[in-house]
Amino acid sequence: MEQAYFHSVTLDKQKCKGCTNCIKHCPTEAIRVRSGKAVIIKERCIDCGECIRVCPYHAKKAVTDPFDMIQSYEYRIALPAPSLYSQFGPSYSRERILQGLLSLGFHDVFEVARAAEIVTKATEKYLTKPDIKKPVISSACPAVVRLIQVRFPNLIGNLVRIESPMEVAATLSKKEAAKRGIPLEKIGVFFISPCAAKVTSVKAPYENKKSNVDGVLSMKDIYIPLMEQMKKQKGEVAAPVILSGPIGVSWAGSGGESSALDNGRRIAVHGIANINTILEQTVQESFKDIDFIEALACPEGCLGGPLTMENPFIAKTNLRHEVEMAEKQAGDTQTEDSSQFVWKSDVEYRPVMKLDDDILKAFEKMQMIDEITDGLPGLDCGACGAPSCRALAEDIVRGIAKETDCIFKLREKVSDIAKELNMFEG
Amino acid sequence: MNNVIIRDFDIPANDFTMAGEASSNVRKILTQLGVSPPIVKRASIAMYEAEINAVIHGNGGKAHVEIDSSKVTIRISDEGPGIADLELAMQEGYSTAPDNIREMGFGAGMGLPNIKKHSDIMEVDTAVGKGTVVLITVYLSERT
Repeated sequence: MEQAYFHSVTLDKQKCKGCTNCIKHCPTEAIRVRSGKAVIIKERCIDCGECIRVCPYHAKKAVTDPFDMIQSYEYRIALPAPSLYSQFGPSYSRERILQGLLSLGFHDVFEVARAAEIVTKATEKYLTKPDIKKPVISSACPAVVRLIQVRFPNLIGNLVRIESPMEVAATLSKKEAAKRGIPLEKIGVFFISPCAAKVTSVKAPYENKKSNVDGVLSMKDIYIPLMEQMKKQKGEVAAPVILSGPIGVSWAGSGGESSALDNGRRIAVHGIANINTILEQTVQESFKDIDFIEALACPEGCLGGPLTMENPFIAKTNLRHEVEMAEKQAGDTQTEDSSQFVWKSDVEYRPVMKLDDDILKAFEKMQMIDEITDGLPGLDCGACGAPSCRALAEDIVRGIAKETDCIFKLREKVSDIAKELNMFEG
Repeated sequence: MNNVIIRDFDIPANDFTMAGEASSNVRKILTQLGVSPPIVKRASIAMYEAEINAVIHGNGGKAHVEIDSSKVTIRISDEGPGIADLELAMQEGYSTAPDNIREMGFGAGMGLPNIKKHSDIMEVDTAVGKGTVVLITVYLSERT
């Protein structure tokens, strides 16, 4: 069962000034300002992390597991997201980063990039199936999958029904360790994450199954300790594990996943607002000849994740360097049977935008919303705490706001009262 | 109770982007009303296709949408050249769209057939030299 609305994205009340930046940028209108503080509507939040990125007061944060958590397992495996490689300049090679992770206290490393290559192969196979709905939409970004669950139920059938590289890496790394004789219960697998959405997909997986990842660590928390370990390294550092090829490394940025595919017309979309637009067009079948949509919620893909340290454009150049280096190395050539990574259960529609379970009541509410919206100034100023005048009207009808939350309505009312008082005095 | 929700949209000539906006607006309303996703999809595709037709062939026009508790009716009207042979226009693959429109991925001759496919009732009223009205009805509950 899906845990009842676990979210990684949370609010630090003390830092929140109650401004309108986050409410304006939230793709599911999941934030309101109430009594001067932002409130996240749990049912609607998709953990995309857009609010973390736009909050000027750093009041929005992503809850991740503390680094100490790794100590609760005897055998610890690090699963670095490929975006980790982009966080350091060219003198910090992938070999150094992976070795550095081992020095931090992990016993083994399994690159998520390696798993991404397996997912690429599985996706290529998937795209050749005759009965799939096109355009096929990547399911690698959990924020995108959740956006589809909330706003685009008709596109659920277009999602690639293959587990994410993170899950594949977790499964395979545990299997490899178990083969070496390590008891499963002693193995702890930790994903090093660029984003909040991945945390949520581990704590509350949408495929309704338990994740094989035991903990999610923030890239930000690991950045400085990892840098310190790498600075201690002497001479040439060899790769401690089998390395992924260039395709897996390139998955970190926008265009990586899609350009690795063999054939068909593919587009790569990044940034949650752009994805919204593309999905709007996809749902009304405006695209007749697109086979595959890669969609990553953050700008520049995972390189722009809210838990990354480096500027995404610098990270892009760093990543390009790592991809070039990977092209020169002999990558991982193992072939895994990809059928084991096909989704076993379905992603469900979450009708959180619905006004009422009873269609007649929903109708009445819609008409009331129309009426109230007509009476509001239409400035979408956000001062009432809702992202737009229409959203305020919806909140009023849902019973969680009142008309005088609008400062213009309040002013009208005050001036009406003043007039009345004048009348009595005169 | 006589509950009708009404929306009107302008469909400009030579601009596809506003057509998308209008049908996605209607899609949002139907979703909020709790209409099931496959029906929302049919209504929104039918409306979008009809609007695109008005953009390509009709020099733009108007969309008038009425939603009540049992159905959505979408009236797309233009004052374009009209359809000379409606029966032919209803055939899949038939199109009078010029090459430049086809290059943009439209004009595959699937417009009217596609509207018919996605609507429960489709009526076309057209007169050469006067314009075309496409009336689309989609029922909001699956009839058995």
